[in-house]
Amino acid sequence: MTAAALALDRLRVTFDGFVALNDVSLNVASGESFGLVGESGSGKSTLLRAVAGLAPVAGGTIVVNGKPLGRKRDKAFYRQVQMVFQDPYGSLHPRQTVDRLLLEPLAIHGFEDTEKRILRALDEVGLGSGFRFRYSHQLSGGQRQRIAIARALILEPSILLLDEPTSALDASVQAEVLNLLEQIRADRKLTFIMVSHDLAVITHMCDRLMVMQNGEEVERLTASDLVARRVTKDYTRNLLVASEGFKRSA
Amino acid sequence: MSALLEVKDLRVSFPTRTGVIEAVRGVSFSLGKERLGIVGESGSGKSQTGRAIMGLTPEHAEISAKKLAFSGIDLLRVPARERRTLRGKRIAMVLQDPKYSLDPVMTIGRQIVETLRTHERVGKAEARKRALDMLQAVQIRDPERVYKLYPHEVSGGMGQRAMIAMMLIAGPELLIADEPTSALDVTVQLEVLGILDRLVRDRGMGLIFISHDLRLVSSFCDRVIVMYAGRIVEELPATELANAQHPYTRGLLNCMPQIDADRHPLPVLDRKPEWAL
Amino acid sequence: MSETMQTRREWLLTERPASRLQARLGRAYLTWRRFTANKLAVVGLLIILALCLVAALADVLAPHSPYIGDLANSRLLFPDANHWLGTDGQGRDILSRLIYGSRLTLQVVVLVAIIAAPIGLLVGTVAGYAGGWVDAVLMRITDIFLAFPKLVLALAFVAALGPGIGNAIIAIAITSWPPYARIARAETLTVRNSDYIAAVQLMGASPTRIVLRHIMPLCVSSLIVRVTLDMAGIILTAAGLGFLGLGAQPPLPEWGAMIAAGRLFILDQWWVAAAPGFAILIVSLGFNLLGDGLRDALDPRGGSQ
Repeated sequence: MTAAALALDRLRVTFDGFVALNDVSLNVASGESFGLVGESGSGKSTLLRAVAGLAPVAGGTIVVNGKPLGRKRDKAFYRQVQMVFQDPYGSLHPRQTVDRLLLEPLAIHGFEDTEKRILRALDEVGLGSGFRFRYSHQLSGGQRQRIAIARALILEPSILLLDEPTSALDASVQAEVLNLLEQIRADRKLTFIMVSHDLAVITHMCDRLMVMQNGEEVERLTASDLVARRVTKDYTRNLLVASEGFKRSA
Repeated sequence: MSALLEVKDLRVSFPTRTGVIEAVRGVSFSLGKERLGIVGESGSGKSQTGRAIMGLTPEHAEISAKKLAFSGIDLLRVPARERRTLRGKRIAMVLQDPKYSLDPVMTIGRQIVETLRTHERVGKAEARKRALDMLQAVQIRDPERVYKLYPHEVSGGMGQRAMIAMMLIAGPELLIADEPTSALDVTVQLEVLGILDRLVRDRGMGLIFISHDLRLVSSFCDRVIVMYAGRIVEELPATELANAQHPYTRGLLNCMPQIDADRHPLPVLDRKPEWAL
Repeated sequence: MSETMQTRREWLLTERPASRLQARLGRAYLTWRRFTANKLAVVGLLIILALCLVAALADVLAPHSPYIGDLANSRLLFPDANHWLGTDGQGRDILSRLIYGSRLTLQVVVLVAIIAAPIGLLVGTVAGYAGGWVDAVLMRITDIFLAFPKLVLALAFVAALGPGIGNAIIAIAITSWPPYARIARAETLTVRNSDYIAAVQLMGASPTRIVLRHIMPLCVSSLIVRVTLDMAGIILTAAGLGFLGLGAQPPLPEWGAMIAAGRLFILDQWWVAAAPGFAILIVSLGFNLLGDGLRDALDPRGGSQ
């Protein structure tokens, strides 16, 4: 087995006494795609944000590529871990052009060949240089999410945290973005940790997944378990039924 | 059976600084006491269709139709006052997010009572009783408690039930539900749909269910209209969805990831310009 | 000709700008179009431009000296062909004094804006972004300043610093930054938890960088609007200090001081006080109209159209 890209041990997050994430442990191997499924308040997004340093860690440890994380993340950490947010309308600065958005991470980390990298990043997400000087309000939801992905990839991280990256998109656009993410993962050998409320999306994208509820783990499954309906917990079963659409009770 | 609602060549357009945007471009359908689904992606004009029927089109928009009649009443020519009475009393609408459609400074109970009393002359005690009954009808377990709560004190699912209760209290004949469950968790979504389904059936209402989710709509409605770029591209019975003819409908169905189908990469929608003609 | 105009407009309004410059110009052009759609705002802008022009060309425009009057023959003259707005108690031409006074007015307004707005912006964004005790300390200081009426506080400062136009400017600047700090802080609080700020944090940007390059630009437009709307108040405060003899010192033709001087003759020679009063009114109105127009034009949500 390859070394763990991300290892969480009894990670705990509290907001003013409210326990948002309760002692969750997790190992994600390098190159793996791991899914977190749950409904609102399940703590799935909180887990991602805690790893990224955006949520207060109250207990437990986070180890990234063998290196335990302290309270403060250093610059090297952000070269390894990047995140794509759910809302494509809220995650791009409203007053900055795409060019400026992509330049910023390069400037922070002191890259030299910014011109080349920006063009390559735009190409990689299938947008091309025609989009380089647009403002975010001149882009559609799917295009915005592609820019957000380009921004996350431009620092060449090894781990990508995906927080419901397609739930705000139309179904046809979702398919395009999911395909793009799979393509990128294959090309760059990335490790994905993906959060979604949609079992079908997670099954499609991930090898293993964890079902969460109220800040705790419900159960851990592989994608093939789910396909074969080998689930043990009622909650997971409910989610499975719900994902099949409405059934009229007689 | 005479139609409850008849729409012929409905057009809604928004003049902007850069030109006119045609949101709805000639939509026609008729509705009886049935569940009709309108499906489309963002920008397809599905919501503007619903809003035009409800009379909630923004002021600056231009709206026209050869016919827009609700049980024989011409909705485009009827005086504004009468239109307002129709709205709420005979046609009601449930919107996506209860957080934004309930008044935040009024208790849920009072909002329902107010809605009832603007449409019917009923006493206070009677109104309260009917509001509580209605809350019970949307399967709220403790109506007395919820009656006294403010919208921010309830969960999304509870808020949406309250919203449905408020919309149905005056006994409308037509309910327009615009993405009524999209803001809810999947398990809650089904409960709310179940409630909506039973009420519509028991009370013999017509329902227009607007959603982006083709699968959900087809599992819930009798008939489905698929919209693309302001037009209807296909209309079919919900049970016939698997035999959809239009490439857009088929593409929409196909591009969703499914638990049982292992397709990498997912088929994507290849939009043809002629669909929008 | 009209064809090149058309293509230039298209170039500015294109959805696919090809360079940084084009993107920026296109955005500026849209703002300009929103601004000019408001006719009153354009009137305000014209008033302010006229004020700047008058101040710049005072030497050419003024028919007489603003400082030397003919005490023997032309004291308190009613407006006539030679002295369009009459003369004051020292026999000086009021129009000329108004024209030269516009320089002082502009000087006060511009300097106060340049000093107060950045202080307010910095204090507000830092307080809003840092939160915690930094926020508490900075905001309590702001509250202390806000607790005093502006003119009274300015009076106290001028009294301490000594009268004079320079000190008046400093005093007004010191008293006018707190509202800007409040606005900047409120604006910062609404954006600090947004995903796009989180995304910048995730790039490893330092707090200084986030505040300076990502938060401040978002606060600037509402601040510009507020400062423009405050200009009228600044002119009035300066005039008030001048009126009380604590601002510009004689014989400087400061408008407020001119009204104070005209007070002696207000019943019989009303034009002496009325002319500078009217000038203050027009310029204040100009700034207010301009500010209103800017509010509509700079509204970031308007940019999404």
